Amino acid sequence: MAETTGPAADVLPGSDMNAPLLEVEDLRVEFAVRGRRIPAVRGVNFALEQGKTLAVVGESGSGKSVTSQAIMGILDSPPGFVTGGEVRLRGVDLLQQDEETRRTVRGNHIAIVFQDALSALNPVWSVGFQLGELYRVHRGAGRRAAEQKAIELLDQVGIPDAKNRVGHYPHQFSGGMRQRVMIAMALALDPEVLIADEPTTALDVTVQAQIMRLLRRIQDERNMGLILITHDLGVVADVADDVAVMYAGQIVERANIHDVFARPAHPYTKALLRAIPRVDAVGRELEVIPGLPPNPAALPSGCPFHPRCRAADPERCGDEEPPDRQAAEGHLARCHFAEEVYRDER
Amino acid sequence: MTELTAPAAGADAPQASLWKDAFRAMARRPDVLFASLIMLFVFTMAAFPGLFTDKDPTRCIGREARGRPETWFRGEHPLGTDAFGCDFAATIVHGTRPTITLALSVIVLSVLIGMTLGILAGYFGGWIDAVISRALDVFIVIPLMMGAILLLSLFRGRGSSGNLLETVAPAAIALTLFGWMEFCRYARAATIETKNLDYVTAARCLGAKDRRIMFRHVLPNAVVPITAIVPTSLGSVIVVEAALAVLGIGVQPPATSWGVLLSNGTQWAGGGYIYLFGIPLGLLILTVFSFATFGDALRDALDPKLR
Repeated sequence: MAETTGPAADVLPGSDMNAPLLEVEDLRVEFAVRGRRIPAVRGVNFALEQGKTLAVVGESGSGKSVTSQAIMGILDSPPGFVTGGEVRLRGVDLLQQDEETRRTVRGNHIAIVFQDALSALNPVWSVGFQLGELYRVHRGAGRRAAEQKAIELLDQVGIPDAKNRVGHYPHQFSGGMRQRVMIAMALALDPEVLIADEPTTALDVTVQAQIMRLLRRIQDERNMGLILITHDLGVVADVADDVAVMYAGQIVERANIHDVFARPAHPYTKALLRAIPRVDAVGRELEVIPGLPPNPAALPSGCPFHPRCRAADPERCGDEEPPDRQAAEGHLARCHFAEEVYRDER
Repeated sequence: MTELTAPAAGADAPQASLWKDAFRAMARRPDVLFASLIMLFVFTMAAFPGLFTDKDPTRCIGREARGRPETWFRGEHPLGTDAFGCDFAATIVHGTRPTITLALSVIVLSVLIGMTLGILAGYFGGWIDAVISRALDVFIVIPLMMGAILLLSLFRGRGSSGNLLETVAPAAIALTLFGWMEFCRYARAATIETKNLDYVTAARCLGAKDRRIMFRHVLPNAVVPITAIVPTSLGSVIVVEAALAVLGIGVQPPATSWGVLLSNGTQWAGGGYIYLFGIPLGLLILTVFSFATFGDALRDALDPKLR
């Protein structure tokens, strides 16, 4: 049952090691719902370099998870369709590959960690069996060797007493431990890119911090590219290198993490940062962004954020969709007034 | 890392699996134990008829026909002789094997066919699902009896060579053809339920092929509900076999099955030879009852919602 043939699968045919690790260009995804095409991702651009962490931040429904599913090629289709753009891994456009090639890319080159680790592990097989299966199937390892690798991996992700835990079933692990097992599975085949889709949302706060530290440590050790999808700005602050803020299927701001926290160039990001509860603001009401996230089936005209925007120009923002503007070196924002917002003048 | 783990989770915890739990739950119920004993008895009788009788069921002496047993369970003919003068106990014991073989082969074939089709339909959906589901509807609409009667009349009158396989094959084919649907529906439902679970997506994200996903992730989930209906279905196959035998189209003489005995016994039941009818009937009812009880208990034990 050689599902991947030997080491050849480790190098994607046609790939160029000098090209950026992962580039997403003008990615578009639509969902066909009751005969209508509803855009979920509307032209997303970003690049991920080896050893870097990109945080993709956004509200529910902003297109974060759909973007990651499109990159993995696991979009449920129908109803979801990738309608345009490119996803290049070391220069190879994955969207042009056949299903067989895409399958070998999954796990070997790009892996993903899901939010809910309990449902992402098969309850009927032991953790060690599920981990070992990857080696048996993809690497042709024997039963013994596979179990040994499974123990090593569990040890690497910080599961104490890995030797005894390897035979346990998923329900015998706590939430944080399960997420570690998930991370171990994603790491098993040495992917170059790891996508973590809200890896800590289902966990309690102390465990969240441990998992984030683990992800950062592993990324450091293996020099991977990490895409961290989250709706929690606080989580990404000390892990990510770059941030992409998503709103209504677009990346509205993309920059270095320190830059975004210090000087956001998009009013949405600014509002998000203001909405983070602060310890020094005890007794004051929490800031909120008025209104609701837009319905992707009926997006507002012009800038999709303008009905909720404090800085909107009622005429310009309602009519004209803003382009990506460079507020500073390497700091892009999709706003007519990016420069003014960046300088805090608006 | 300084997390604490439960220290006791070492020795016995990993062994607690669904099947072990189910077994333990069932072993505690007296009705299940009783049913299991009957099943064991019946299966042993089918496997080793020599343990229960030393008579040859085909050695029949016309003079001794319809000899009532003078002393029950003892003597030359413990259960008397039948209408042809054969030892009745031997006939019953040797009739068990065709009955059980038929029931088992029908169920094994039905489960294989039903599960394969059900998993394919549920997993791939689309036109594959449409074709399989419509075929299933067609077979469900045809009443089992009518379908079996039509099909078996094709084989009728061919007699039987006494070879077990040949004796059972026509009835097995007919009953399988109209028996796979229930398993198919269960497998399809379980597959649809499973295929969108996160762990299937996760497996796909790690580069698993469709075939692997079906065997490793979908199949184990379909096995549980199907196992639960297998014993009950075994019972119903035995009943249907008897019905076919009464109509004269089941297992063909000279081979015997419980159904054939029952059918022969009806002719003499009114004439004071009630045991020729009553003993096979009692055995049949007892067996079907034990299969049903076992199946019920198994379903309860395997269904986590009922625990």
